[in-house]
Amino acid sequence: MQRRAWALAILATGFMAGPASAYMAYVSNEKDNTMSVVDTATMQVVKTVNVGQRPRGITISHDGKHIYLCASDDDSIEVIDTASLEIVDTLPSGPDPELFVLSPDGKTLYVANEDDNLVTVIDIEDKKVLAEIPVGVEPEGMGVSPDGKTMVNTSETTNMAHFIDTTTHEITDNVLVDARPRFIEFTPDGKQAWVSAEIGGTVSVIDNQTREVVHKITFEVAGLRAESIQPVGVRITADGKKAYVALGPANRVAVVNTQTYEVEKYVLVGQRVWQLAFTPDQKTIISTNGVSNDITFIDVETDEPVQSVTVGALPWGVVVSPK
Amino acid sequence: MRDRTLSGPNTEIRSVAVPASRHGTKADARSPLSGFDKICGSAKLITGTLTSRRSDNNRTLAQERVILSMTSAVPGTLAAFLCFFSLTVNVPGALAQEATGGQPAATAKPEKKVTEIKIGYLRAYAPQLALSVLDVPPRDEGVAGGNVAIADNNTTGSFLGQKFSLDVTEVKPDADVVAAFQDMIARGDRYVVADVSAKQLLSIADLARDNGVLIFNAGATDDSLREEQCRANIFHTIPTRSMLADGLAQYLIWKQWRRWVLIYGSHERDQLFAEALRRAAMRFGGEIVGEKLFEDAGTARRTDSGVVQIQRQMPVFTQDLPEHDVLLVADESEVFGTYVPFRTWTPRPVAGTAGLTPSAWHPASEQWGGTQIQNRFAKANGRRMMSKDMAAWTAVRILGEAATRTQGADPRKMADFIRSDDFSIAAFKGQKLTFRKWNQQLRQPIFLGDGRSVVSTSPQEGFLHQVSELDTLGVDEPETKCVLE
Repeated sequence: MQRRAWALAILATGFMAGPASAYMAYVSNEKDNTMSVVDTATMQVVKTVNVGQRPRGITISHDGKHIYLCASDDDSIEVIDTASLEIVDTLPSGPDPELFVLSPDGKTLYVANEDDNLVTVIDIEDKKVLAEIPVGVEPEGMGVSPDGKTMVNTSETTNMAHFIDTTTHEITDNVLVDARPRFIEFTPDGKQAWVSAEIGGTVSVIDNQTREVVHKITFEVAGLRAESIQPVGVRITADGKKAYVALGPANRVAVVNTQTYEVEKYVLVGQRVWQLAFTPDQKTIISTNGVSNDITFIDVETDEPVQSVTVGALPWGVVVSPK
Repeated sequence: MRDRTLSGPNTEIRSVAVPASRHGTKADARSPLSGFDKICGSAKLITGTLTSRRSDNNRTLAQERVILSMTSAVPGTLAAFLCFFSLTVNVPGALAQEATGGQPAATAKPEKKVTEIKIGYLRAYAPQLALSVLDVPPRDEGVAGGNVAIADNNTTGSFLGQKFSLDVTEVKPDADVVAAFQDMIARGDRYVVADVSAKQLLSIADLARDNGVLIFNAGATDDSLREEQCRANIFHTIPTRSMLADGLAQYLIWKQWRRWVLIYGSHERDQLFAEALRRAAMRFGGEIVGEKLFEDAGTARRTDSGVVQIQRQMPVFTQDLPEHDVLLVADESEVFGTYVPFRTWTPRPVAGTAGLTPSAWHPASEQWGGTQIQNRFAKANGRRMMSKDMAAWTAVRILGEAATRTQGADPRKMADFIRSDDFSIAAFKGQKLTFRKWNQQLRQPIFLGDGRSVVSTSPQEGFLHQVSELDTLGVDEPETKCVLE
C-alpha cells in the first residue's frame, strides 16, 4: 500500500519537476506544546522542538532565519532560530496571541490579542510595542496588503474586517462579514481581501478600493451537513489564479477559481483542517489537520493529495521556508 | 405517554439510536467501546508527554488517545489518502450579497449620530438555598451574561454608531409581574430579556404583543412555553427540559448504558424533568427499569449535624431498585439530588440534575473559542459563567446582531431579520445557532458535565436528522403542538 502511495506521490509531483525541492515545513502542535520540522522532499518529520504553551500562529522571517511562534498560553511570541532550532528570543505580544502577520518589509509584526480587543503592532528589531489599536470583539485573523500600506484584522464576535492604515495605525473602514471571521488573505495584486467566516460558512471577497464585499463564496459538499463546513485558513497562489480554503470539520480543502469564484474541487485531507501554507516554489500546499494529528501535502498542479504525515498532537499552524 | 409510538414522516431518522463506531476503528459495532480501552491503553505512553491544558481541537482525552493510537498505528498514515475522493460542486452563480452597510462606516468619529437600543431585563429573584453551597445561584445570575453581551454589542456598535443598554427590573418569584412589565413598556423597552417563571411569562405575553415588544426567554425551560402555550412574540434562548434530557440520553446510549432507574422529586418542576427523561428514554432506546419518588418532607437544606444521616439513608433508599446501568435524578428543587452520587446501594453512575448534568453552558467549556467569552465574563464579573448567563448573553447578542445587520434600531426590521433565513448567531458552541421556525426555540448543542469539566456535548455522533442534527434534541417539527399566530 505504502509503495503504491509513493508511486502516486511521485507521479503527482510531476515528471519534469522530479521530487519536490527540499524545504522545511514548521508545524505548531497546539496540544503537546511542540513544533514539528518536516522535510518537504522526503515528507518526514526530521525534528520535534519543545516550545511554549499552546503554540498556534506561526510565521517566518523573510530571510528564513527566524520562526515567530505565538505561544498563546504563555502570552508571548517565541523567536526560534531555524539553524539551531532553539528558542533564541521572545517578543512582547500582549495577552493570548493567536494569529499574526509579518509586514512585507519584515520589520513589523501585527498581532491579534483575542482577550483585549486589541491589535498590537510590534517592532521586531527593537522588540517594542509601537501601537495598540482597539478593534472589535475577539480579534483573530490578521492580513497585510502586499504594498504594506493596509493591515486588516477580523474580529470574531463583532463579525467585521477592520481595515487599518499602517502609517497612522487608525481604522479606516469596517466591513461586515459573516459570523466568526477567522482569517484574511490578500490577493497578490493587493486588489482584494478574502475573509473566511467559520460559523457563517462563507468566504467574503472584499474589494480593497471600495472596501465592499463584492462576492460571497459558499461551499457545499454532498453528504455533509452545512454546519460542518467551517472555513478557516485561506491561501491564494502567487499567480493569483487559485485560492485554497481549509474547511475545518468538513475535512476538506476547497480549491476556488479566483476569476469565477467557483469551487473547482474539494480535496479530502485529514480531520479538522485549520491552516495552509505553500512551499516557496508553489508546487505544494500543506494543510494542518487538527484532529487527525497529521498534515497533508497537496499537489498544486493537480490538486490531488499526495501524502499525509503524522506530526505532533493537534497540529494548528504551518509555515514553510527554504532549507 | 411512554407507550406512545413515534409517528410521522421522520420516525426512521429521529429514532436512530446506535452510533457508528468511532473514527472507523474496528471496534465491535455492537459495543463501540469494547476495543476502545485496549487502544487507549496502548496510546497511554504517547500521551504521557507535556500537553497544553487547552486547545481549539478539544476532545476528551479518551477520544484523543484513540486518534493518537490510530495515527501511530496506521503505517504511513495513508488513511486520508486512500479514502480520497473528489467532487466538483459548482456553487450557483452570483450569490446574494449581504448588505455590508452601503457605506462602510467611517469608524467611530465623534460627529457620528448614535442610535440607542434599550433592552429591558425582567427577572424573578429571591435568594435560594442549595444542598451544596457551591450550587447557590449567584446574585446576578443571567444579568451578568446580559451585561457582557451589552459590552460586546457596544464594541461593535462603536464602529456603527449604535449604543446598547440594559435595564434590570426585579420581581419576586411568585409575584404579579404585569405592573412591572407595564413600567418597562412605559420607559420605552421594546426588547425584553425575561428570566421569570412560565406562569409569569404567559401573564405578560399578550401585553407585550399589543405593544410590539419582543421577549427573549432566557430562564424558563418549560416545554409548554414552546408547545401548547407558544407565542409569536417570544423567542427562547434557554433550552427546554426535553432538549436537556435528550442531550443526556444520547450520551448514555452512545456509552451503551441503556438500563436506567429514575428517582424524582415531588415538586412540579422535578416531575416535568422526570417526564422529559422518560420521553428521552422512549425516543433513543433507553429503558427505565424502575422509578421512585423522593418526597420533599420540608427538611432543612443545612444542618449542624451534617452528612452523617444522609450517608446511611441514601443507600437504603436506593436499595430496592432493580439492576441498572445508570441512576437518573430529577430534582430541580434541590431537595435530595446532590446527596445521591457516591451514596447509592450499588456502585452506579448518577446523571440528571446531579452527577452528569446536561446544560446550556458549562463554566469550564473552552472549546470553540469559549476561552474568550469565559475570560471576558470572569474579568467583568469575578465568577464563572453559567447556563443562564449564556442564555442572557445570547439573547442580547442576537439583538446586537440584528441591529448590526439591519443597520438600525427599527424593532420591526430587527424582528424580521431574526425570523429570516439569513439569521444565525455564534455562541461558542461549535456551529451557528438558529431559531426553530415552528416555535422560536434556539437550536443549540447541549453540554454534559460534572461539577468540574465538560464530559461531552450532544448531539452525539451518529444521531442523524434530515434538517439539522440539533433537531434530534427536544420536540421536533412533526411533533410540535405549537401554532404561531
